[in-house]
Amino acid sequence: MLLITCPYCGVAAEETELHGGGEAHLKRFGPDSSDDDFTGYLFHRENPKGVHFERWRHVNGCGKWFHAARCTNTLEVFGTYSAQTTEPPKDILDTIRAKRPGFKWRDIA
Amino acid sequence: MSDVALALGGATFDGLVKIEELAHGMITLRGDLTDKAIVAAVKDVFGVTLPGTRETAFAGSTGALWMSPDEALLLCPYDEAQTKADDLAAKLADAHALVVNVSDARAVFQLKGRMLREVIAKLAPVDMSPDAFTPGMVRRTRMAQVAAAFWMDDASTARVVCFRSVAAYMFGILSTSADDAAAVNHFAG
Amino acid sequence: MSTRVQTQGRLINRDRPVSFKFNGALMKGYQGDTLASALLANDQMLMGRSFKYHRPRGVVASGSEEPNALVNLGEGNRFEPNQRATTTEIFHGLTATSQNHWPSLEYDIGIVNNVLARFLSAGFYYKMFIHPRPFWKYVYEPFIRHSAGLGKAPDAESRDEDRYEHFYAFTDVLVIGGGVAGLQSALTAARAGAKVLLLEQTAHLGGRAPVDGGTIDGMSPEAWVEKARAELEALPNAQIRTRTMGAGVYDHGYVLGYERLTDHAPEVAGPRHRLWRIRAAQIITATGAIERPLSFAGNDIPGVMLASAVRDYLVNYGVSPGDRTVVVTNNDDAYRTAIALVQAGLKVPAILDARPQGGGALMDEAKALGIRVETGAAAVKVKGAKRVHSVCRGVQAGEGEVLEEIFCDAVAMSGGWSPVVHLWSHCGGKLTWDADQAAFRPDHDRAPTSHDGNPFVIASGAADGAFHLKDVLQNAANAGKTAAGRVGAEEGDSAAPSGDAPDEAPLVPVWMMPQGAQKKLRMKAWLDYQNDVKVSDVQLAAQEGFESVEHTKRYTTLGMATDQGKLSNINGLATLAHALDEEIPCVGTTTFRPPYTPVSMGAIAGEARGEIFQPIRKTPMHAWHEANGAHWEPVGHWRRPYAFPKSGESVHDAVKREVLATRNSLGLLDASTLGKIIVKGPDAGRFLDMLYTNMMSTLKPGKCRYGLMCTENGFLTDDGVVARIDEDTFLCHTTTGGADRIHAHMEEWLQTEWWDWKVWTVNATEQFAQVAVVGPNARKLLEKLGGMDVSKEALAFMEWKDGTIGGFPVRAYRISFSGELSYEIAVPANLGRAFWDALIEAGKEWDITPYGTEALHIMRAEKGFIMIGDETDGTVIPQDLGLDWAISKKKEDYIGKRAQARSHMTDPKRWKLVGLETLDGSVLKDGAYAIAEGTNENGQTNTQGRVTSTYHSPTLNKGIAMGLVLNGPDRMGEVISFTNGDNPAKKARIVSPVFFDPEGEKQNV
Repeated sequence: MLLITCPYCGVAAEETELHGGGEAHLKRFGPDSSDDDFTGYLFHRENPKGVHFERWRHVNGCGKWFHAARCTNTLEVFGTYSAQTTEPPKDILDTIRAKRPGFKWRDIA
Repeated sequence: MSDVALALGGATFDGLVKIEELAHGMITLRGDLTDKAIVAAVKDVFGVTLPGTRETAFAGSTGALWMSPDEALLLCPYDEAQTKADDLAAKLADAHALVVNVSDARAVFQLKGRMLREVIAKLAPVDMSPDAFTPGMVRRTRMAQVAAAFWMDDASTARVVCFRSVAAYMFGILSTSADDAAAVNHFAG
Repeated sequence: MSTRVQTQGRLINRDRPVSFKFNGALMKGYQGDTLASALLANDQMLMGRSFKYHRPRGVVASGSEEPNALVNLGEGNRFEPNQRATTTEIFHGLTATSQNHWPSLEYDIGIVNNVLARFLSAGFYYKMFIHPRPFWKYVYEPFIRHSAGLGKAPDAESRDEDRYEHFYAFTDVLVIGGGVAGLQSALTAARAGAKVLLLEQTAHLGGRAPVDGGTIDGMSPEAWVEKARAELEALPNAQIRTRTMGAGVYDHGYVLGYERLTDHAPEVAGPRHRLWRIRAAQIITATGAIERPLSFAGNDIPGVMLASAVRDYLVNYGVSPGDRTVVVTNNDDAYRTAIALVQAGLKVPAILDARPQGGGALMDEAKALGIRVETGAAAVKVKGAKRVHSVCRGVQAGEGEVLEEIFCDAVAMSGGWSPVVHLWSHCGGKLTWDADQAAFRPDHDRAPTSHDGNPFVIASGAADGAFHLKDVLQNAANAGKTAAGRVGAEEGDSAAPSGDAPDEAPLVPVWMMPQGAQKKLRMKAWLDYQNDVKVSDVQLAAQEGFESVEHTKRYTTLGMATDQGKLSNINGLATLAHALDEEIPCVGTTTFRPPYTPVSMGAIAGEARGEIFQPIRKTPMHAWHEANGAHWEPVGHWRRPYAFPKSGESVHDAVKREVLATRNSLGLLDASTLGKIIVKGPDAGRFLDMLYTNMMSTLKPGKCRYGLMCTENGFLTDDGVVARIDEDTFLCHTTTGGADRIHAHMEEWLQTEWWDWKVWTVNATEQFAQVAVVGPNARKLLEKLGGMDVSKEALAFMEWKDGTIGGFPVRAYRISFSGELSYEIAVPANLGRAFWDALIEAGKEWDITPYGTEALHIMRAEKGFIMIGDETDGTVIPQDLGLDWAISKKKEDYIGKRAQARSHMTDPKRWKLVGLETLDGSVLKDGAYAIAEGTNENGQTNTQGRVTSTYHSPTLNKGIAMGLVLNGPDRMGEVISFTNGDNPAKKARIVSPVFFDPEGEKQNV
């Protein structure tokens, strides 16, 4: 059972306190968007065996949504960070690059 | 008002710990807890400085619990809750904050006794050992199947808060866990 | 025969006799006995029948690896099947019965399966019971059901009498296993300052060491164990839990521990089992090793046991499995059994050692005691039926020629030892093949990794492949030091106590005995006792192309069921590898899955049973409803009254009465469960404009507006009335089931998309009790109670106001879900019951009638109001329901707007909401489909719509329904047919969904 640290309250929370929210850093497309953009936003998701950026909510806790960088293969958690950002912060990326040389996720490498 | 009826009418249980349902004034404050105007207004009405992350602050019968970076649960005697909520809301009229009296939305149970850490550790995925959880801390979590928050006033007193609608469930799981014959004897002291 | 000897028995208390029953017979044992040792002491070697062939089976092992001695334990509410006699501590009054036999253990009819054995080979289910088809139902299935299955399910009427609980524990270092390795690892880690929790599955610490002998720091192992225990118990940072099994190791250091508190003492109060939910930074698996059987013909005859088990019964329980025991081995360890037996005054006619050169120091010791040792020897076969009669000796290198028949009543066999790698492997730890020990052991370079990417499991002692006492202790100390270092404790000391034991000669792997055994012998050489899998079955599977070990497992059932192949695993793999002409490591192992041994369902459920099985949410008026005969309906975790039938009244009649009373005079509904979310901030209006399809920002303070909420993919997800409290503040009502979900939905958008918007939300649902006062006399009742002005002028339809009613502080909303004059009145929850009582009392003169959810549903359907969950099912958009009026055309955006522009959403062929009236006034079936012409490609009748809500309307005294129909709104008056279960289709006319008071005259007063 996963153990993920909420960056807002600092609790190393077990999975039963958390609610998974799928892929992070989706860009919302609204009424004027093309069918392709909207379909991509609504349905298309990364499904890597390896590093993934995910949304989690500390639902049985402080209630905050946050992001986690996690390896879907080894379940290693590289770090957690604010949900109020459009891309992974540099320190998280540096950690991942050091541990997983050559990793790629969308257009992040 | 004499018509006030707690969810369980002040239920009690005596076992590994003594459990008692309490009437409790509770006010939810949503706002930036580091905002000086908000800190000052809380200090003014509740007599405490807003606590830091996962901490509690008390001044006699009033206090404050850290709930999230933008939420605090303010405590006071039950009868004073609406007045205090109105007072705080008035003081924060110009601030971006939301003050709601939630005294009736919650049930509060006091646990008293040496074994309170064990009783809680049967229900919550929280390290209740004395070196990990101490008076002065508050924890929002899950207890068995419902959301809950608890804190310790001192080494042998804790208070547990849950939603009013599940008060009977909470009382049931607490008293089951506090069965005299169910001591774990895990925590030193 | 097996019997109690007068000496030894370190774990039993001969001053405390215990009586128990086995298959109805009264037997005696001693406190400290396991059921298995006590049965042996009563000469009950036969303990069960095998699963497939119903062969007589005796106990083979002495611990949790036991495959044969499974019993039904207890009676009535405490009955439990498949309990291992070897791990069941006896107590006064214990009752056990043997399994898999009919009519009795001694005379089993199923033994005829033996005769049919050649038809029951690998894959027999797949091969035998296919043709002819009709035989399946009447012949094969009843036969299989009668003869197969381990144990009996408890009686359906029985109820577990015991209580269970969970416990969450956190530790730096968790040590699983309380043998000398576990104790040493725990000591090393705890002395370095790490917080240590040690679990031992049995009641005793020390594991095998006290039985196997040697010295530790010059002490007997028993004395050392006692010293270690005392030191650990004195340390404030160390804890020991006996009778607690480490059941499984999971991601990120999560471990389940299974504590059996009262199984050995059912008279003691308190929980029977406790499930420990442990989070450990480091886990040391000191789980020891399991001895392997040898594959020779007749190795399942009662009396053939593991050599270590024979030794355990003798030393621990003072029980001799036989007077004359032949030892068959490929290693030195089994010599310990021969020596112990002879020293206890029992006979060992011979030791058959498969190794041409024999053993080392222990062999010399045995010879010095006068025991005959045959090297390069094999047990060709064991003779006997319900009990060993003799062993036929041959040569290991041969094909099975019998050189000598040695009479005996027990056989102690040893094929070497396999480290218990289960817990290492549960979470992905990899193994390496140790050719010297002929066993898989943990590969230190491929340990399971935790959330930080670092290893978190360390194997210790025999579980790590260290078998000599000296190596065990050093290995264990190293493990303790490594664990302490990883959790940041001070640099530990890896000094280990000195272990002294005889040096051992290497073993020689023996996978078949004799190595060239003919088929006749192989068909009697069991690999898996519990599942009746023989050497010949695995060879047949290989021959038939089952090359993967996982496939072979499922095809032959090797390693399945309660023991999960603890004894059979390596022997089975080796046999498969041999048949495939592969090396053992190339074949690999099957997956080790938790739990290590079965965990009770009660422990998993924990406290969740009876009243606290799950949370039941109760409104402040719940007790009144209960006292007044509420017929309950679960709505999420809430319990809402469906109706309030009076004494002698049917539920249906009560619903009818409640509707008519409300429509004609005065009804009362507990609406407390409706969600109430407060949304405040300078951007609150803008936020609600995004959340709802309607325009909420234009709502005036003091006014209410009905709104619809969609998900981003356009589908309708919730509805409710929004009240604007002041310029910055709104109160959003949600459906009963929707409060938590919609509050989470709001927070998600605010936290993750529009985090710069200034909006706060609070879910205030439970702060208020809310009562709907409904009907033509609603206003009169409120006026009678007195307080605020509730006139049409002061509080018009779709307005709200704060004030007092009957002395209660209230917020009153003029909203209606019934089409009647209606007020929803919120009071603080703790006043809810008193307010309700006041309304009931004051309303008597109008025959005030509390109504439930069914009357609510009927009245809203009469008015054509939709219900989330009835008219919607996650595929319905507001446009389908004719709710275009509630979708703002002016807004650039709202959640779901873009999705509603997708081609499928704008398709004119989407089914649309209409009302439906049967021609005969009867009620359509819920979910019935509207039938269309022709059939689809699967030959199914085409459909053109479906019923979403259907009721008998007491007001109109006929069936009314709502449904989604192709081009429905354009087909008013048309009659179409609906499916009606197995009955002929039912005709209904398409009508407006508003059946009652279409002008709204009743609510607008």
